[in-house]
Amino acid sequence: MIGLLYVAPALALVAVFFAIPLGMTIWMSLHDWPLMGQKRWVGFANYERMWGDSGFWGALSFTGTYTVAVTIGLLGLGMILALMVERPGRATAFYRTAYFLPVVIGFASASLLWAWLSNVDSGLFSPLMQNLGLTERRVNINADYGLAFWSVNVMVVWKMVGFFMVILMSGLQSIPRDYLEAARIDGAGALQRFRFITMPLVRRPFALALILCVSGSMLAFDQFYIILNGGPQNSTITAVYWIFNESFVSFRLGYGAALSVVLLGILLVLSAIQLRLLRDREDGS
Amino acid sequence: MRPYRILYHVTALLVAFLFLAPIAIVVLASFRTPAESGQPPLPPWPIEGASIDSYVRLDGFGASLLQHTGNSLYVALGTTILTVLVSVLAGYGFSRFRFPLKPMIFVLILATIMVPFQSILTPLFLLLASLGLQNTLTGLVLIYTTLQLPFSVFMMRNAFDAVPKEIEEAARIDGVRDLRMLVYVMGPLVLPGIVTVGLFAFLNAWNEFLAALVLLTDQSKYTLPVLMTSVRSGRFGSVDWGAVQAGVTVMMIPCLILFLILQRHYIRGLTAGAVK
Repeated sequence: MIGLLYVAPALALVAVFFAIPLGMTIWMSLHDWPLMGQKRWVGFANYERMWGDSGFWGALSFTGTYTVAVTIGLLGLGMILALMVERPGRATAFYRTAYFLPVVIGFASASLLWAWLSNVDSGLFSPLMQNLGLTERRVNINADYGLAFWSVNVMVVWKMVGFFMVILMSGLQSIPRDYLEAARIDGAGALQRFRFITMPLVRRPFALALILCVSGSMLAFDQFYIILNGGPQNSTITAVYWIFNESFVSFRLGYGAALSVVLLGILLVLSAIQLRLLRDREDGS
Repeated sequence: MRPYRILYHVTALLVAFLFLAPIAIVVLASFRTPAESGQPPLPPWPIEGASIDSYVRLDGFGASLLQHTGNSLYVALGTTILTVLVSVLAGYGFSRFRFPLKPMIFVLILATIMVPFQSILTPLFLLLASLGLQNTLTGLVLIYTTLQLPFSVFMMRNAFDAVPKEIEEAARIDGVRDLRMLVYVMGPLVLPGIVTVGLFAFLNAWNEFLAALVLLTDQSKYTLPVLMTSVRSGRFGSVDWGAVQAGVTVMMIPCLILFLILQRHYIRGLTAGAVK
């Protein structure tokens, strides 16, 4: 029983700051719950109201678009970088550190940095493009939906790709060298070796990277809040951003909780689907 | 060297330059004079001589730069210490003792990683209020520590599992028991795990933004990332980009230094999850 004493502090923290709030989220989602004043039981009214809330569905679909775009960028480039730095050596160790460095600075710092670099008057990108003669005038990146969207995607890839590079690299390094060597002797080209040996063997770290990437991107907030403030014309408001506005700007806490429950459900379903897809393929091969 | 090796190194160096450039540019630009600091960073370094004026102006936002850096440090160090304490105890308990419901409790703590804290932020806000911890840095420390637990408990359980049982048995014969065993015998052996757990706790707490933004309402309590949003939104319609550059530098430097010193421990923490 003494073991329980050692575990007790961790268990208490998880109970108070995780289990209770999780239960409360569901409880609150069934209420009209203003910050001040009386809360009122409304049953599933918050969930019914959600059907007509085009703002939330718009935010959700924007989050989905962003997740697809940034996941392709992060995992594709992450794999290329992992292949580049997988071998031991002093030069590759330097490249690895350099590519990884932006990961350790926070999302808020990286977003602030990008807010400055993408500013039209005082930043780097627009003046640089103008000086190089790529554009005639200074382009206001953050005022155009397409440009702003890609600018944030580039920022996130810059900041996070090192993380996925390391996870994929640890998978690559666990592949026995003899496999690739044997395939090479049998006459398999570099692309074939990658497709038929490397790819199947890095499936597990790849699945982990995919799940972390998708669930992380579905929860995006800092970069769109800090760099774009949801603009231009509220076109870059993510799901978490929308919930933040409902809960802590409009103080509709009950409705915000209902939106949180739905977002949580979507995330759990997405993770389950990804696990399932990647496991099924494993059984098939 | 064969041509393709040269091509590889040229490409790799070019990519390294792209990754490091934004960091170098903002650090250099933060030392420009007030007249330059609103100009595009072409070139990024100070031309009319270096100046710390951007930092002085940053100090004029909120309470003071020292106070907000102190707030951030309090939260980050508090989270580090509490996370290490709680996860070492729990890791030891899960590794070395048998008690009822042990597998269930372990899975419960690990499963919290599946639920993003963003979805329980609203009740956390009310919960802290009812505990009298609203708008306090201590409240943030407790929440950040809870967020670190799944990773940290998992890491520490594995660290203790890797210590051979014989070492404990030998110490037990010498009469060492319980907490003394943990601190003097096991402690040094799981130190690498402790460093990894502490490093992640520090960096995550130092950099966290959304919870701090929601839970801190009193400006004097703001951590650096929250303070910076008011710098970024500007005064009277104009943004002091020099102060933004200085703030980004202040927030980045501790992370970069810690990482460069403890790189091995950081990467091990990352890959622990991937390999298992």
